[in-house]
Amino acid sequence: MEWLYVVMPIAGVKIFWPGLIILGVGVGIIGGFFGMGGAWMVTPGLNILGFPMAFAIGTDIAHMAGKSLISTMRHGKFGNVDYKLGFIMLVGTIVGFEVGAQMVMWLERIGSVEKVVRYLYLVLLALIAWMVFADVAKRKRKEREAAAVGAQVDKLATGLEWHKTFHKLKIPPMIHFNVAQIYCSAWLPIMVSFLTGWLAGILGIGGGLIRMPALIYFIGCPTHVAVGTDLFEVMISGLYGTATYTYKGRTELVAAIIMLMGASIGAQVGTVATKYIKGYGIRIAFGLAVVGCGLSIILKLLAKGVPAYGPIFDGAATVLILGLVAAMSLYIFVRMVQGAKQEVAAKKAAAKVQLAS
Amino acid sequence: MKRLTTKIMGLAAMVLVLIPEIALAAGPKAAPLVIVADTRKFSGWEAWWTNLYNESHLYFTLLTVAIIPLVGFLFGCIADLIMGHIGIDLKSRELAEH
Repeated sequence: MEWLYVVMPIAGVKIFWPGLIILGVGVGIIGGFFGMGGAWMVTPGLNILGFPMAFAIGTDIAHMAGKSLISTMRHGKFGNVDYKLGFIMLVGTIVGFEVGAQMVMWLERIGSVEKVVRYLYLVLLALIAWMVFADVAKRKRKEREAAAVGAQVDKLATGLEWHKTFHKLKIPPMIHFNVAQIYCSAWLPIMVSFLTGWLAGILGIGGGLIRMPALIYFIGCPTHVAVGTDLFEVMISGLYGTATYTYKGRTELVAAIIMLMGASIGAQVGTVATKYIKGYGIRIAFGLAVVGCGLSIILKLLAKGVPAYGPIFDGAATVLILGLVAAMSLYIFVRMVQGAKQEVAAKKAAAKVQLAS
Repeated sequence: MKRLTTKIMGLAAMVLVLIPEIALAAGPKAAPLVIVADTRKFSGWEAWWTNLYNESHLYFTLLTVAIIPLVGFLFGCIADLIMGHIGIDLKSRELAEH
């Protein structure tokens, strides 16, 4: 079974390449659906497959840049990308990312990069999961209250509305974002993107995991536009991240290209699925994925903290993260197929009616 | 509830700020890392690639940054062609939260 393994030229480790393709398909689907690079799954995934953490981060960012380009092309055609907002956010993202990446190099010098990345992931995932489910609960309450008086909630209404408070800050220049249907100070997306970029640089991710909810909750984008715009951002910041990490010698291009083969199909499936699932469906699935990811990191930390049970916790983390990727991908794939079938059937029925008349 | 939320957010922010400090205090000082790829076990393009990595990170970076979007675009176009054959509308969607 030697042919199932390939030696990575730079990292010098032997890797199970079908694992890379499967990871690519799964994360392509999830990334295209949630609007992110999926580093929160790929980095631990690559680590599990045998990459040292520093190489896992760089390789993941390189693959993410290519995959996000594929998803952005598709979301752009759907009208889900606010390019103006995306370009403005780039400023903050790039500066923030560089500050974060420098911090990682410094942590690597003192030998604590793995521990810090894992703890930071955990805190962030807990915060994001709380935010998503608090939003869903509030939105449901609004629906119940509206139903009680015989009214209906607007189809674009949301639960948490922090963005409305931020929109009240009238610091010039004020800008209209037509696709996202937002009018706010240009400083709002710049500041949000700086903070998310900084965190992304430290965690070694494109930032989608943080920026997607930030676009929804702090800037006020509709879910679909947040997904598309975020992918555009992930693509650019991913390319920038690829450059910085590669220059520091931490990228394995061969692995990134193998992953891209799977991700190109996965990204299309995930993106098209957003056509059939409404905004809150995406938010709830996102929240569940974040919880699963958090649990897998806790297991990894337990494996290090309690060495006697280390292999058990490590195994459980691997099963959980791969199971999560598989379950979410399967769910999204099934919903996409169901939606596509219905659409094709409706088109055929309409064509028959037209032909009959 | 609002006060509890504020407290949780405050604590989370504090942890985010403090973690690098804790790590700095706990970790032993280590020498800067220099990674060199082992070219001995490769031949052909792999040997060339690892040599490029060892000789110039700048050229290695430039090539990587050029190859990634190119490969992504190519794979994207191929996947686009495949999806186009399914027969669904790939150019519009309804914007709704629920």
